[in-house]
Amino acid sequence: MEKFTEHTGVGVPLRRSNVDTDQIIPALYLKRVTRTGFEDGLFSAWRSDPGFVLNQPAYAGGSVLVAGPDFGTGSSREHAVWALKDYGFRAVLSSRFADIFRGNAGKQGLLAGQLSQEDVELLWKLLETNPGTEVTVDLVRRQVRCVDVTVPLHVDDYTRWRLMEGLDDIGLTLQHEDEIAEFEEHRATWRPRTLPAKHLPKVEVRSARGVPVEIGRRPDA
Amino acid sequence: MGRTLAEKVWDAHIVRRGSDGAPDLLYIDLHLVHEVTSPQAFDGLRLAGRRVRRPDLTLATEDHNTPTVDIDLPIADPTSRTQIETLRRNAAEFGIRLHSLGDADQGIVHQVGPQLGLTQPGMTIVCGDSHTSTHGAFGALAFGIGTSEVEHVLATQTLPLQPFKTMAITVDGRLPAGATAKDIILAIIAKIGTGGGQGYVLEYRGEAIRSLSMEARMTICNMSIEAGARAGMIAPDETTFAYLKGRPHAPEGAEWDEAVAYWRTLRTDDDAVFDAEVVLDAAEIEPYVTWGTNPGQGLPLSGRVPDPADIADETERAAAQRALEYMGLVPGTPLREIAVDTVFIGSCTNGRIEDLRQVAKVFQGRRKADGVRVLVVPSSARVRLQAEAEGLDKIFTEFGAEWRNAGCSMCLGMNPDQLAPGERSASTSNRNFEGRQGKGGRTHLVSPLVAAATAVRGTLSSVADLGIEDAPDGSPLPVPALA
Ligand code: SF4
Repeated sequence: MEKFTEHTGVGVPLRRSNVDTDQIIPALYLKRVTRTGFEDGLFSAWRSDPGFVLNQPAYAGGSVLVAGPDFGTGSSREHAVWALKDYGFRAVLSSRFADIFRGNAGKQGLLAGQLSQEDVELLWKLLETNPGTEVTVDLVRRQVRCVDVTVPLHVDDYTRWRLMEGLDDIGLTLQHEDEIAEFEEHRATWRPRTLPAKHLPKVEVRSARGVPVEIGRRPDA
Repeated sequence: MGRTLAEKVWDAHIVRRGSDGAPDLLYIDLHLVHEVTSPQAFDGLRLAGRRVRRPDLTLATEDHNTPTVDIDLPIADPTSRTQIETLRRNAAEFGIRLHSLGDADQGIVHQVGPQLGLTQPGMTIVCGDSHTSTHGAFGALAFGIGTSEVEHVLATQTLPLQPFKTMAITVDGRLPAGATAKDIILAIIAKIGTGGGQGYVLEYRGEAIRSLSMEARMTICNMSIEAGARAGMIAPDETTFAYLKGRPHAPEGAEWDEAVAYWRTLRTDDDAVFDAEVVLDAAEIEPYVTWGTNPGQGLPLSGRVPDPADIADETERAAAQRALEYMGLVPGTPLREIAVDTVFIGSCTNGRIEDLRQVAKVFQGRRKADGVRVLVVPSSARVRLQAEAEGLDKIFTEFGAEWRNAGCSMCLGMNPDQLAPGERSASTSNRNFEGRQGKGGRTHLVSPLVAAATAVRGTLSSVADLGIEDAPDGSPLPVPALA
């Protein structure tokens, strides 16, 4: 994982609350089996609107997203984080994040940094007054700087440490493999296992037929 | 000091306690896998030369992408087909049990775990899917994880996690006729908001919760995520044990007794303290519908489309304004006058046998409204078989509904079951986000009873609007007399 200590880039004001993961990347893009190249799906529905912030040339190359409260609600899809990263974002700032999104972001080296809503509004004003203004996200000093203002950045200690060190979680956990094995020895024997498989008798499942499902209007519309 | 249910389950799974702000390392008892969020995790394992630590605590099923008709034919959409084939290859390579399309145990991952008896009280259960909270109905600590975490669990059978806070949601009293578990959870979300549960594990308690069946409890826990919470839980009791007994993977004999004795300890101690508490009176809960584009934007069916001008908070007002534009609704319109194009009955929220029975009881002897498309999609192949054994399929088709094979279907529209732009649905699923059921589609979240009544009248309706006084419950239909 890439280390994150400090990043400076164009700030993008996204004046919306409750930006859910279906808006960040619709389910359509979840059919891919690759881990990169999701930038085309980012905010895909909104990007067809010429007025959308990322369609304005000054913001198009942005790397710090400043969003309204409750960013990343909804599904657990990590694709939301991949799409933001693939587009070029290194940090998302908001006054409140959905838990799963925040966790996913931390694991992928995307900083989900919390600001007070007042500070978010302040940044929005600065970024909208002068589109293309840069924002510095300083994880070391826990600050966000923009033009002449400095506001505090909230990130929990552990996530901050991992981001700054660029550490991979699995590697960290496997250092404790003996403790995992020890725990397994004491698990109750009646705890269920999926193998060997047990199930009700196998029965044939017939295929449904019927009105073909059209992506399109109902027949009489 | 006493501990809450969630804390007891947490403590019992700590492999290693974190210090200095580092997370606890928690053991995971069951890892459920599906085709959408797993391919990149298996790739990661291969790249790092790692194996799956406990294939015997892992179960995979195909659900999100699968078609609900013509399942015996090749999957038409090449990207969906690739995802399914990738899961099949990965399961074979890493030795994971997979229930594929066409198999009697295939179905939505959150139905398959409980019906096999793999979901049990006091377990930690994860899946790369936010509605894993469903399994909390059994008193398990169950939550959705991202793909990196899927890879982490595959490789280590553990997860590093920061402790959650706990919130008690007490629903006292009894539900009035026509209101269901779905209405309870929609009312809770409307009350605490889509962010109200953030950082919390919710524990649902109180008389109204106790009296619910396991299936209804699953509906409630399922939508905990829509209140922002990672997990929802209900303490196990006799209802839970009765549901589990005899299921394929439930303990047997002396082990059953040992397990039940342990499960009985899984309740919040009387002197335990929650970080937050919310109380609702079940008697005040009416059938709910959502009018907007997040599950917190819901109102009793007797209400009217709200006027954003009445909302004080600026951000909320703007959100409501945008939601109404997207939904094509005019403030002040009675919710009952909203006409729909499609009724979708299914999903891991409300696609279980009791839901289907309730719907069948409303459909029986009636016909669907003209021009309305009605999809009935069971949550698993077993549920489909059971419904057919009870004759429900005939009731559905005679009503004019389409009776489909199991899967996520129109809940998220990854398969061909989608709304067209501008189309409106009454849906028993869990998310009414913009475009969730198809680009430009408009979703109203409802209970199975409201969905069924809406299918009859063509506008959002309750069973009372059909003149049904005793709202049907989830018990089996009487066996038809032989002619
Ligand atoms: S039915 Fe819907 S919510 Fe449930 S697992 Fe499938 S897509 Fe997710």
